[in-house]
Amino acid sequence: MIKLNTIGVVLFLIYSCFNTYAQETFTINGVRDDRSNYYAITNATVHISPSEKLENATLVIKEGKIISVNKSTSVPKGAAEINAEGKHIYASFIDANSHYGMPGVKKGSFWSWSKPENIGPQNPKAYNANDAIRANNNAAELFKSDSKQAEAMRKIGFGSALTYLPDGVARGTSALVTFGKGRANTIILENQVGAHYAFDKGSSAQMYPVSTMGYVALLRQTYYDAQWYAEGGKEKFTDLTLEAFNATQSYPQFFDTKDIFDLERAAKVAKEFNKRYIYVGNGDEYQDLVTLKQFQPSLIVPISYPQALNVTDPIDAMNAPFSEMKHWELAPSNLAMLEKEGFSFAITASKLPSKSVFLKNLRLAVERGLSEEKALEALTVTPAFYMNASSRLGTLEPGKIANFIITSDNIFSKDGKVLENWVRGHQYIIEKWSNDDLLGNYALKVNNDTFTLKTSGENPSSPKWEVSVNDSTKLESKATFHQGMITLSFASDTTKNARTIRLSGWKDKNGNFSGEGKDTKGEWISWTAVKAVTTNDKVETTKKEKAESANELGEVIYPFSAYGSTRIAQQEDILITNTTVWTNENDGILENTDVLIKEGKIIKIGQGLKANKKTRVIDGKGKHLTAGIIDEHSHIALFSVNDVAVMSSMVRMEDVVNPNDVDIYRQLAGGVTSAQLLHGSANPIGGQSAIIKMKWGHTNPEELLFPNAKPFIKFALGENVKRSSWPMSHRFPQTRMGVEAVYNDGFARAKAYDKAQKEYAGQGPKPRKDLQLEALAQILNDERFISCHSYVQSEINMLMKVAESFDFRVNTFTHILEGYKVADKMKKHGAGASTFSDWWAYKFEVYEAIPQNAALMADQGVTVAINSDDSEMGRRLNQEAAKSVKYANMSEEEALKMVTLNPAKLLRIDDQVGSIKVGKSADVVLWTDHPLSIYAKPDYTMVDGTVYFSLEKDEQLRKEMTVERARLVTKMQEAIKNGAKAKDVAPKINHHMHCDHLHLD
Amino acid sequence: MKKTYYIFSVICGLLLTITASAQVPSPAKAQNKGIILKGGEIHDGNGNVFPNATIAFNEGKITFIGNNFSDDSYEVIDISGQKVYPGFVLPTSELGLVEIEAVSASNDNYETGKINPEVRSVIAFNTDSHVIPTVRSNGVLVEQVMPKGGIFSGRSSIVQLDAWNWEDALIKENDGQHLHWPSKYYSHSWTSPEKGLIISKSYHQQVALIEKTLMDAEAYSQGKPTAVPDFPLEAMRGLFSGEEQLFIHVDEAKSIVEAIQLVQKYNIKKVVIVGGADAWLVTDFLKSNNISILMTDVHRLPVREQDDVDLPYKRAKMLQDAGLTIGLTHSSPSNSRNLPFYAGTVVAYGVDKEDALKMITSNTAQILGIDDQYGSLQVGKSATLIVSQGDVLDMRTSKIIHAFIDGRQLDLNNKHSMLYKKFKEKYDE
Repeated sequence: MIKLNTIGVVLFLIYSCFNTYAQETFTINGVRDDRSNYYAITNATVHISPSEKLENATLVIKEGKIISVNKSTSVPKGAAEINAEGKHIYASFIDANSHYGMPGVKKGSFWSWSKPENIGPQNPKAYNANDAIRANNNAAELFKSDSKQAEAMRKIGFGSALTYLPDGVARGTSALVTFGKGRANTIILENQVGAHYAFDKGSSAQMYPVSTMGYVALLRQTYYDAQWYAEGGKEKFTDLTLEAFNATQSYPQFFDTKDIFDLERAAKVAKEFNKRYIYVGNGDEYQDLVTLKQFQPSLIVPISYPQALNVTDPIDAMNAPFSEMKHWELAPSNLAMLEKEGFSFAITASKLPSKSVFLKNLRLAVERGLSEEKALEALTVTPAFYMNASSRLGTLEPGKIANFIITSDNIFSKDGKVLENWVRGHQYIIEKWSNDDLLGNYALKVNNDTFTLKTSGENPSSPKWEVSVNDSTKLESKATFHQGMITLSFASDTTKNARTIRLSGWKDKNGNFSGEGKDTKGEWISWTAVKAVTTNDKVETTKKEKAESANELGEVIYPFSAYGSTRIAQQEDILITNTTVWTNENDGILENTDVLIKEGKIIKIGQGLKANKKTRVIDGKGKHLTAGIIDEHSHIALFSVNDVAVMSSMVRMEDVVNPNDVDIYRQLAGGVTSAQLLHGSANPIGGQSAIIKMKWGHTNPEELLFPNAKPFIKFALGENVKRSSWPMSHRFPQTRMGVEAVYNDGFARAKAYDKAQKEYAGQGPKPRKDLQLEALAQILNDERFISCHSYVQSEINMLMKVAESFDFRVNTFTHILEGYKVADKMKKHGAGASTFSDWWAYKFEVYEAIPQNAALMADQGVTVAINSDDSEMGRRLNQEAAKSVKYANMSEEEALKMVTLNPAKLLRIDDQVGSIKVGKSADVVLWTDHPLSIYAKPDYTMVDGTVYFSLEKDEQLRKEMTVERARLVTKMQEAIKNGAKAKDVAPKINHHMHCDHLHLD
Repeated sequence: MKKTYYIFSVICGLLLTITASAQVPSPAKAQNKGIILKGGEIHDGNGNVFPNATIAFNEGKITFIGNNFSDDSYEVIDISGQKVYPGFVLPTSELGLVEIEAVSASNDNYETGKINPEVRSVIAFNTDSHVIPTVRSNGVLVEQVMPKGGIFSGRSSIVQLDAWNWEDALIKENDGQHLHWPSKYYSHSWTSPEKGLIISKSYHQQVALIEKTLMDAEAYSQGKPTAVPDFPLEAMRGLFSGEEQLFIHVDEAKSIVEAIQLVQKYNIKKVVIVGGADAWLVTDFLKSNNISILMTDVHRLPVREQDDVDLPYKRAKMLQDAGLTIGLTHSSPSNSRNLPFYAGTVVAYGVDKEDALKMITSNTAQILGIDDQYGSLQVGKSATLIVSQGDVLDMRTSKIIHAFIDGRQLDLNNKHSMLYKKFKEKYDE
């Protein structure tokens, strides 16, 4: 046993000494054999850089570096020649996003029904307050080579990569490494190259953050904290993570993203902190080029394409999401589209299901229009540039590291196999090759018998062999050729009783064979095979698949979802004639009235209004025009809903708006034009709201945000906040008593914070910027408004008293199902109410909810809205308003206001929307029937004078989608027939998120 | 410890609330005097509308529908300008089994285990539920109360919604068995629904379990009674004799076909599909097998992003056009007072108003096998009906002012109207 181990160690040492340079510091067991690996590779097509190529050139390398590339055919003295005639040489590829050699990252267990939550960091050392901030991680220290992974990368042409540990939000630094063998000392080219980030929890077992907007908040806070720490905060405590964070800010900054919206999200942070990230994308960039262009990002893009879907069975195929089918077709065109728009990008082999598909996918990208030059640049020069390694890697210029590949042909053509991958001047053979051209016909003479020996196949140095007699009768034959030696056996005839003739031989300089063998009787025989001169009639095997022409591709749709369109809806001048107008103003309901809309605004209301030629006239006869519905409480179009800090005031819903959510379109179909996208109700203090307009088709989340809306924030009371449905929870607060304590603590600290910030006059260390307290201070200063999830009267009363003691007002109580019990107090306080029409009894705190709640509060003079908190009910809010007519005899006009003007007032946007009034935005709905009736449907829903939904357009979109699906189904089946793998489909459910929804990403 | 405390506190809270607020109104006494409702517009639930007509009933039965009826022994109620409808029938509901959804101690809907054909919902039916009067006052007067847990969930019964106890409430005891067909898909993670669904590997195992149960039950039903019965199989006997119906709760198109073919293989006589979200894809099959459908929740979102935005609203129309008999049902006990508005929605999406009314009255009664007495207004049938000031399918106009079950005039008060009154009076002072 011991002996064996010793031998192992010795072999390893010999191997390492032999294979490396510059390891002078290591003691070896033996005599040094530090070879200079001096080679001249001749007669090759050398691609010095993406734009420069030399035919019949010689590449000279020595001691792991490139010495020269030129047309000279002379081999320098002392260099060994490798004749690479007909071959291509490229700088080997560089992967700018790799986790090569890194330990695995186990997702942190921060969520369990059976144990209490971890509120604080779990690492006892002097690191950051949040375990997802790991700026102190250093890839070079963690790196251990892995021969399997390295081989897989060498096979597809990669020679080096930037590797880092993908753990957490701030992930520390990366190392530049090669895919060679040997000690880590020679594999690592550079320590601490870049600093890496992502919106990702990683291995953290600490509860906060759990949502995408939480990761954003945490990163933003970390930037502020790091700055504060450097400017003097260090006096208060030591934080090794922040020190590392600060030390790495001068490095290239890399941001890994989950999708195009994640990328745009990171770009927002970059803008705020004046950073320039290099973004790792996902291959879906083509879906929002317009937004991407605005910040001209440097990109690292994977070429992972979605699998075809099994659409053979028409019923099962119904589950294939339209957007996934579209992406399946368009994903390979992503890079071509990025190139066309002039983006800078590198190509990464990360995010692939298997590295082995890389070259195939790359070639498909080229087929789809990516230029070979750009592709090569994206694989070599660009990644080298991103990691500040242009002086060492990326081209085959003298002085650079001898990292290159030898390929059988142009690497982008189907025949372009990677034959060798050289790493720091070391040869790694991927596929055995030689200059032998064995193809042709040979006259085979065995003793006195004559046969024909034919070769066929694509590879001239390893063809298929076949012996026939009398020129046409094929004999069963088998041959192997290796290093000039051939073993050939074949049947003596075609009968059942045939015996085998076995030959062994060798190839001479002229390409002919001779050797010895045994005949069927076991006697030694001599043989020769002489190549016929006139052959070389290579039969081109043209199995080429039918090239797909560009016009067979579908178009990109906006947004990239079902009901997306190739053209975004445009603003129009519109005249709606002869209709019943519910003004929500003193004019009340006007019959037979016209409304003129221009440049997104209502400009005239009256009778007999004239339109010019450009104006679109919509006949409103028999129909009703109302202001668009506004949902005060919605969770549609969000990637996350809840984070979990007791005071989550630092998180912002605007960071997670999803413009692709088909529920936006569905709300438009229900007459909704705006909504407040609220944080969930997991915490006494929730996150900051996003108020949006339903501008379906706009892919940039920012464009959906309601212009100049005042900032809002979610608060919550009651069972969710107490974690009542989680018996193991130990988070404070567990009672309504604790909730009050949280508020008093939060606001008192926010007040002190605000004072300190305002009073700071440049003397002494600057007070730390705290995003959590800052949002609370805004509330105290009437700059941010509360929408508070609330149910029972005791807690409603409590929050009003807390607010009054800090001299501010609660803007809105949302849900507020027991508001009817304290409506008088609410009126006095100045709070508004946004409630469900008739939901109750789904949990204990709503057991006293009544459908007359809205009316009772309204009677006391409270501004009352009806909200949905539900993406289905959201599209029937007019009917929900009508329930107050049913249950409490509210007037119809007042009822309609509860879903239009009143929510506008509560959201403080009633100067812009909520009624049909000259000067207000044309966010209006034309209904087919009385707007409170269950029989009414929106015929047109407009936002800013733009028709985002109409029954007519809806029908057209459905038709187009049916046709497009049919085309894609055919194409997928075709692809599957041609060998593409297909996966079975399950329905993709939408984000039907509710207040209570804990979104753990 | 914590958990115990939590449950205890919830129970205490519950008791307090119940004692603090008013009781559920007393059930009405049996009809002892004839009643004439005069001058209303009668929608009989069979598709007929009688404008400005009279309906009379005595001893719980309808005695007259038409234009001129007078009998001095009857009390006359003038309902001019108002509308009369049959009381609505709510099938496959947990109303009365579930009081507060999130408080498990208040619920008796899910029994543990997969195969529980022997459990009977009706004995847990709480006639004192505060939820029932709120549903009743919107016109729902008859309910099929249904167990929900596992695969074979147990037997339902049909009750009327104004009774002192479950025994008095019974219209039809043990009317059917409920088979909750397994889903082919399950959610990736409840915390991250956007990750979509996964194809269930256990689906076929569960179907095999169903088949084995059916096979054993059929054989058992043909054998001689044993000293100690096998209660689960015993409870399925009625399915093979045709005395009870099998309600299969299933949404996916191919599963609907698979389920029906499987139960037919074991000679189950009467089958109803519940849910049936994708039934519109296999209408020919359903029609040729004469299967009726109880459609769950008209107010739903489409499942697939590319589905027609209004698909859930117009499914009833699609099934009706295919010649199928459809009833509507509601999956949430506390929201089931909105059942008539499901019918209103299907009107907005193409169904004729009287046909939509059938989907919550006579069709459902027919599917449940109680149409000899309930679900439509005909002389001789039970006087179970409502009077609304306006169109009852539209919340804008629905205002129910009278309701009768078997001729008994109900007290339409409920927890909500009482709380409303209480606080209105507080503010009016």
